[in-house]
Amino acid sequence: MIELKGKRVLVIGERDGVNGPAIEACVKSAGAQVLYAETLCFV
Amino acid sequence: MDLEGQGRIRQVIEQAGADDVIAVLGANSPTAVEMTALTLKSGDPSYAGPLTGIALGIPSYHVLEPEISDQFDPALYARELALPALAMDVAEVVAPLKTIRDL
Repeated sequence: MIELKGKRVLVIGERDGVNGPAIEACVKSAGAQVLYAETLCFV
Repeated sequence: MDLEGQGRIRQVIEQAGADDVIAVLGANSPTAVEMTALTLKSGDPSYAGPLTGIALGIPSYHVLEPEISDQFDPALYARELALPALAMDVAEVVAPLKTIRDL
């Protein structure tokens, strides 16, 4: 199992799945650092 | 992943390095998850973007994979992820990831 604490994370969310800000908040709550975040949109 | 996003990620990794970096994805289809994970691991498989031929070696996880989501604040999980988890077939969406991480 991978531990998120101390990891540096690229957040790639999707509008129709889980968006970037939601993922960002969750990974930060686990002790990870966010290097980059975006939300993709396929329309 | 779109071409602009590939360019921005390339820039971020060139500046910050790839040590201890992972990607956490939120897409709701196995195909989108697979394409993004392959791009970050071994380069753009469509040979179209700035990450063509660049193997960053970054492992990708889905935000709803239990080994990831079990580490989140439970209140945040309930607020942000409980609904998307109900709306997508999580097992199907995350299925390609383990294979790609082990490449």
